Parts: sequence; structure tokens; C-alpha cells
Amino acid sequence: MASTFEQHDRNAHLGELTSGVTASPRAPVRRRRLKPREAGKSFLFTFVVVVILAAFLSPLLRSVFVSLKTPEQVGQLDAPAYPAVHATFDYQGKTYDVYDVPIDGVTKALALVTKGRESSKFVDPANAAAGLITWPGSWRSLNRSWSFSPEWSNYATVWDQIDFPRLLFNTVAIALIGMVGTILSCTLVAYAFARFRFPGRGLLFTILIATIFLPYAVTIIPTYTVFLKLGWVGTWLPLLVPTFFANAYDVFLLRQYLLTIPREMDEAAAIDGAGPFRTLVSVIVPQAWPAIIAVSIFHIVYAWNDFFAPLIYLSTKPDLQPLALGLAHFNTLHYRNQAYIQAGTLLTMIIPIVIFLVFQRFFTRGIVISGVEK
Amino acid sequence: MASVPIQPVKPRNVGQRRWLRRPSLGRTALARHEARWGLIFLSPWLIGFLAFTLFPMIASLAFSVTNISLAQDQPLRFVGLENFQRMLADKQTWESLAVTFRFAAFNLPIAIVIPFVVALVLNSRYLKGVGIFRTLFFMPYVIPFVSGLLAWQGMLNLETGWVNEFLRIIGIQNPPNWLQDTTLIYPSLAFIGLWGIGAGVIVNLAGLKGIPSELYDAARIDGAGWWASLRNVTLPMMSPVIFYSLILGIVDVLQYFLVPLVLYNGTGEPGGSTLFFNLVIYKQAFNFQNFSYGATLAWLLFGITLAITLVVFRTSRRWVYYAGER
Repeated sequence: MASTFEQHDRNAHLGELTSGVTASPRAPVRRRRLKPREAGKSFLFTFVVVVILAAFLSPLLRSVFVSLKTPEQVGQLDAPAYPAVHATFDYQGKTYDVYDVPIDGVTKALALVTKGRESSKFVDPANAAAGLITWPGSWRSLNRSWSFSPEWSNYATVWDQIDFPRLLFNTVAIALIGMVGTILSCTLVAYAFARFRFPGRGLLFTILIATIFLPYAVTIIPTYTVFLKLGWVGTWLPLLVPTFFANAYDVFLLRQYLLTIPREMDEAAAIDGAGPFRTLVSVIVPQAWPAIIAVSIFHIVYAWNDFFAPLIYLSTKPDLQPLALGLAHFNTLHYRNQAYIQAGTLLTMIIPIVIFLVFQRFFTRGIVISGVEK
Repeated sequence: MASVPIQPVKPRNVGQRRWLRRPSLGRTALARHEARWGLIFLSPWLIGFLAFTLFPMIASLAFSVTNISLAQDQPLRFVGLENFQRMLADKQTWESLAVTFRFAAFNLPIAIVIPFVVALVLNSRYLKGVGIFRTLFFMPYVIPFVSGLLAWQGMLNLETGWVNEFLRIIGIQNPPNWLQDTTLIYPSLAFIGLWGIGAGVIVNLAGLKGIPSELYDAARIDGAGWWASLRNVTLPMMSPVIFYSLILGIVDVLQYFLVPLVLYNGTGEPGGSTLFFNLVIYKQAFNFQNFSYGATLAWLLFGITLAITLVVFRTSRRWVYYAGER
């Protein structure tokens, strides 16, 4: 395991050198003006990457489209990919269906006024004043035309059906309480590893890191049994209590960060009479806030994503479940109605995405320091 | 620390001051003071490790030689190696292990190579607007896995999925049913896993940025082209990062089961191809409530994970290059 450490330390070192991916010291070199031939190459390369990125993110766009469709459109295979309804047109006080009619080699969307077997009469919605147009051919051979029409009410329906406010409240409460537990415990433990010498420190640190590689399955059954005996199954306690006892990833991240804070400040505080706890609160924590923010965001994203622990501890308590579990349950009930499923999917992911976009710098920095996020 | 004077610690004659020696906490008053505080700050993790890791691990082993179940319709007793015998005789054990290893063989290279390649692309000087690309390639990483899974499930749908819409546009009349075809299920699961590459990309990118540019200059002077410098500079310098991704990737892939659990409700569809080993553990423990048998299987998973990781660590001396190593 010794080389894992070297590995971790080395990654962290790289991270410090490049001060996160966001502000590379070598960035100016990359912005050097390219020669004309290189500029063409650059344009082509960027274009290819745009295409790949579009494919990579296309499921997101599809979810947005599907979430805005009416149930009828979802069920219809010839319907367009974007949210749409069958077009209609009001003409002289009556509502007529609009069809795609091929006239003179171009397809036009025309409202069908008089149906006929050999020929039918249409009116052009764009130019109703021009009067009726007669088209030779059976109207039955035509397809109805679609017009763009997002069904925003899907979101309102899903909001109520999935009981979104409750799920959101549960998710936020679990995430925030766990975040407090993680910050408190991991900061203390990281402080111990970064600043104090005690017997067995190296071994204990190795054990801490080794827990990252331990399969969850090997501890979960007795843990579950104990929580069951304590009467904690069906409550949030199994999700929250362990966060107050630190975890390897966040301790590692914080420790690496604390090691970069000069010791002179601690020593000055000690000379001024501050005890170890006082030094932590008034010297270390104020300087470690980028790492503390990173840990907070990691925890929120982790808690939002967590599915397994809520599944085994809260499956009998729908009122206490977080979003991830509620969404999976909603999926088993309403699988047929993909518009609702995708609306629920998007409602569940929107907050982590916004948090990521706002705190992106801390996020990437944290990953660079710890080598990996849990 | 107020009462303790800070002064350089001189080597002491141990024999003279034997009364000071408390071997557990160090020799001098200062060192003892420091060690005591260290252990106080360490205690949350130490207690947590004992309560949530070490004790459950040992308990798990104890479970495996007894007959504990949720119902406990039979009196608790020591059953020796009965659970282990049952495990070795159970066809499902071997089938689910085979499923896990087949998927690992398919997914592990992808999970390592794709973040590396994306990082190479983001590090290229030909790419304009790197910041936006980095954000967008990373973003799906924060999407909760259930959400991502449902979005991809729609994407891979036989009739309405965009993957098949695209295949029809380019002229493939009968595109496959991705999530119901035993030959295509692993590629489909790999597709679904792609949204998790973000962290790997960031780590690889940091690794690439840490390679000194002099090495590339030297390679260019020696006449190396793009490919030669990738092979002779980038890959060796990146081997610690690749090694790290490999180890974590192995640990992760051997525990893979949540996606099939949600996708197929744990049935192992299509045709048993998603009945992963960890899924069998989950079902034994939490669906059938056979805690003892579940714990036995969990220890097998632990043993396999440990063995493979140790072998990979052994081989790492041969291919992982540490620049600072003496």
C-alpha cells in the first residue's frame, strides 16, 4: 500500500503545482497565435470536439424534449423528436386539422376543409384570405402535420405526483446535516494527521487510505443488523450518524491541503498562548476554506446521488426518502409515461448541476488534490 | 499548549529518566502532549473505523460461520464452513463471477482509456475554448446516477431512442434493442457509465499538465513525432495516474450492481447477463434476508478484490514510473 501514498501525494503535488486546472501557469503558451495553417487545423479539431460533446450530452437534450411532450405524442412513433402537437387551424369559425400536402414539389402545411376521395379542398393557414385550394388525391394518404408546442404542465403534474417538495426537503436535509458532520469530523482528523506526531501515525494513515479499497458489501450486513437492533432502520440516523465519524476521501483531501499551510502561523499562535483547538479554529480553518468548500460540495453531490443507503434503510418509509429513491420508485410506477419520467429525471438533476456550475473551481481543485472524488 | 515551553528537544539519556518513558505516547513531555492532542483529534475517525469498518468486518466473518437471518426461524448456531461449501457448490456463484469478470474485461479498458483520451484532447493546443469543454465534459458527473440512468435508458430505447433514430438515418433499418440484447448489454452499460468520466478526466488532465515541457522539447529535438512523444514521454509520465485509475477501476467494477438493480429490478435480464456478483450479495442479504450467506459471499468478494489489487501492485514496479524515485 505504500506506493498508493506516493501516488496520492504525487497527484496532490501536481495539483499544487498547476494550482488547479483552472489557472494553469502555462496557459499563455497555449494562447500563442497560431500560423494560418495551424489555425485551420485548430478550427477543424475544435469542430470535431463540438460534435463529440454534442453526442455526449444529447441524452440531456432528449430528456428535455421528451419531458415536454404530451402523452399522445410519446406514444406515436412518427412524431417529431421535439415536443409538438397535431396542428389545427381555425377558419371561418370552425377548427380544421392541418396536413402536410405536397404541392408543386414542395410540402406545405394546409388545413383540410372539405374531405374528398379524389380531391380535397384546403386552406393555407399562412394565407387564409386567398381562399380554398383544391388538391387532387385522397386526403387519407396525407400525414397530419405537427407544430412545436411544449407541454409545460408535465412539470407541474410530476411536481405533485412525485411529491417533489417533500423529496427535495428530505434530500436537502440529509445532505446538509451530513455535510456538517463530514466537515466537523474530517477537519479534526485531517488536522491530527497534518500537524501532530503520535505513535502509529503512518500505519493509521495507511489504514485510513486502505478503507477506500474495501468493498462496501463486506461491512454492510453487520452494520445493517446493528442499526436494525437499535431501531434506526426506517429513520435517517444510519445515513447521518456515520458522517460524524470522518471518511477517507475527505480526510485525505483536507490533510493534503493543510500540509500546504505554513507551520509558522500555528507556532505564532502557540507562542501567543493558543491551545491546539484554538489554533485549529482561528488559524487553520480560516486558511483551509477552499478545501472545506470542496468537501462540502462533494458531500452534497454525494448525498444527492446516494441510492443504496436510502434503499436499504428507508424503503419502507416513502415520507423520509430522498429524491434519488423517490425517482426510482416513480419510474417503476409510471414507466409507460416517459414524459413524466424524464421531467422527474430533470427535476432531480437540476440542483446538483447548478451547484457544480457555481462552485466549479473548488470542485475541480478538490478532485485534483485528492486524486479522486468519492 | 500554553503550559508547555517550546524548545528544541535534546537527545536524552534514557536510563536516567526512565520514569518519563511512556512508550505509547512518546518520550518527552512535549511529545506526549502533542501525541495526546493528536489522538484526541483523530478520535472521530478512530471510533468510526472501529465501529463502522473493523467491527463489521469481523462480525461479517462471524456471520459467515453461523446461520443468522432476519427471520431467524431456527435457533442461532455455529455452522462451521457450511456457508462456504454452499457458496462453492452454488452454480450462481460461478455464473455471477463470470458475469462480473466479463463486464470488467470489457468496461475497465474503456473506463481508463476514455478519460485519458478526453484529457489529451482538452490539453491539446489546437482546442479553442478549453474552459467550456472542460465544464461540459465534466458536468454529467454530478448528475445523480438514477437520473443519468433514466436519461440513457430513453436514449437507448429500441423505438424512440436517439441512438437508434441516428442508426436509421444512416441507413440501418433494424437497429438493435440495446438494453435487451445479451450481446450488446455490456456496451450499453458502458455507454451509461460514460457520464461518470468527469473525475477521471480532471485527474488525467492534472497529470498531463504536470509533465515538464522540456521532455517534449527534448523528444522533438530527437526527431519524435506526435505518436513517438505520446509513447515515450506522455505514457511513461502518466503511468502513475493510469495505475491509480486502474486500481480504483478494479475495485469499482468488482462491486458493480446498482445500474442493473435499477434497470431490471435485479432480475439479471437479459438472459442472466446482468446478474453481477455484488447483485447476488445484495439479493441474498436484503431480498432473501440470508445475512449469513450474504456475508460469506461478501468475504469472497473482499478476498478476490484484495488478491487482484495485490497482484496489480506487484506488477506496478515493472511499468509505473515515478519521476522522483531514487
